[in-house]
Amino acid sequence: MKFMYVGIMLIVLLAGCIGQTQEKTQSEPVKEPARLVLATTTSTYNSGLLDVLNPVFQDKYNAIVEVHSLGTGKAIKMAKDGEADLLLVHARSKEDAFLEEGYGVNRRDVMFNDFIIIGPKSDPAGIKGSSSAAEAFKKIAESNSVFFSRGDNSGTHTKEKEIWKLAGIEPKGEWYQATGQGMGNTLTIANEKQGYTITDRGTYLAYMGKIALEVLVEGPVKGGDKLLSNPYAVIAVNPGKYPDRNYQLAMAYIGFITSPEGQKLIGDYKKLGEQLFYPSAIKDRENYDQYLPITIKGGYGGR
Amino acid sequence: MGVEYLTAGLEQAVSLLLSFDPYVMSVTKVQILVSLTAVALAAMTAVPLAVLLVFKDFPGKRMLLGFINAGMGLPPVVVGLVVFIFFYRLGPLGFMEILYTKKAMILAQYLLATPIILGVSIAVIKGVPESIKELAFTLGGTRRDVAVAVLREARYGIVTAILGGAGRVFAEVGAILTVGGNIAYALETPQGIVQISKTRTLSTAIPIETSQGDVTAAISFGLILLGITLSLNLAVSYLQGRVEKERDQ
Repeated sequence: MKFMYVGIMLIVLLAGCIGQTQEKTQSEPVKEPARLVLATTTSTYNSGLLDVLNPVFQDKYNAIVEVHSLGTGKAIKMAKDGEADLLLVHARSKEDAFLEEGYGVNRRDVMFNDFIIIGPKSDPAGIKGSSSAAEAFKKIAESNSVFFSRGDNSGTHTKEKEIWKLAGIEPKGEWYQATGQGMGNTLTIANEKQGYTITDRGTYLAYMGKIALEVLVEGPVKGGDKLLSNPYAVIAVNPGKYPDRNYQLAMAYIGFITSPEGQKLIGDYKKLGEQLFYPSAIKDRENYDQYLPITIKGGYGGR
Repeated sequence: MGVEYLTAGLEQAVSLLLSFDPYVMSVTKVQILVSLTAVALAAMTAVPLAVLLVFKDFPGKRMLLGFINAGMGLPPVVVGLVVFIFFYRLGPLGFMEILYTKKAMILAQYLLATPIILGVSIAVIKGVPESIKELAFTLGGTRRDVAVAVLREARYGIVTAILGGAGRVFAEVGAILTVGGNIAYALETPQGIVQISKTRTLSTAIPIETSQGDVTAAISFGLILLGITLSLNLAVSYLQGRVEKERDQ
């Protein structure tokens, strides 16, 4: 009997509480935050950069940014299917195709960092200090040294294929192994098997204490091969294709991330004392290249 | 779009299967090789051990049986993690260099299958009527003869146990992805350069192909895997029917 009494008391008390909160929300209605779906690459998300940028944006615009962290290929596919409002990715050729097919509008440069080629300390292919990524890839292939490819159509995989093409090599053989997985898993596997791989610098820095692979070919951030540059861009999904997507909020995000405030947040973001991304949205000259596919004939020249 | 997308994917997947696509075949081969070896090894250890555990008494037996029962529900990802920790480069057994090879995958699946086969076998052997053991004894049989008689009586149940273990390893992703790494080579073949599986299996390839938007390959892998697990389960229910029939007689 006693328990029942206590139980009833509890129910009454709880009911009272619920009633009160309901009253409160009715008396002063809070505007439901708008939802922005951002499809992006694993590198921007894993680096922690979005955890710095998004809260500021969310406060400013009473929005919630829903981040889908995927490889560039999959992120673009998601936007093509009308499942995202905007893209933050890093594979120019894939971005250009996305624009040319009419799915994206208002592409803007946001930031860049670089790719690096890493491998075991023993460096069996002898690529250390090479100033050319293509030359290094050639040596890896010629010595049949184990190389781990993402093999997942990500931005990094796209860059890797670009370098093989430039080196004039179609990689094949038991030394060329694809993991089909993200950068972090691929780094772990390459480390275990002491093989070569290509990675964005941000993910490498995040894994630096955990893996024993060394930077053998530097990217442009440390004065290395310009081919290894890794530019990130933001693109809104075309409201002409998907009128139901939140185009206005997507443009607000593009405005924020390319504003002096957003760019400063990017430039100030550090991990282990190292800067991960270099802002590139603001220039004191025209930068038409950022809006148009570079495949369009009679392009706008160098940047 | 919609339904057409689905049927087109299914159609392409079936034609991929019928054309014996070298990539699909190699992934299937690795799956079958790894999982069957693991189950065979697990059966070879678990069945004799089950007989021993039923007939021999020793201190701590109850606790051991408790552990075996708990082991039947081991989460595959945890088993994968344990094998990884032991065999990664800086781990205690790292010098063996088996991580991201089929050996590590077989080991992980062996650890998953053994408790299941062991647990079910013990239950089955215990269920053999006392009269059969007594009969074997009274006919002047040695302990060995008794064990053989009991095993013969329990054969359908033991096969069911083994099939149960097989069902588990064919369906799991967590362990073989962690220790296998889902690796494929790019190799030159008569059909040009194609991906050939090194440690990529049907179950690990499905989520990964799907996440890359290559639904066709994923569907064909799914169909094969479905075929394997369905036939395993059909075999189990058939054998269970046999057991019940014999018991009724």
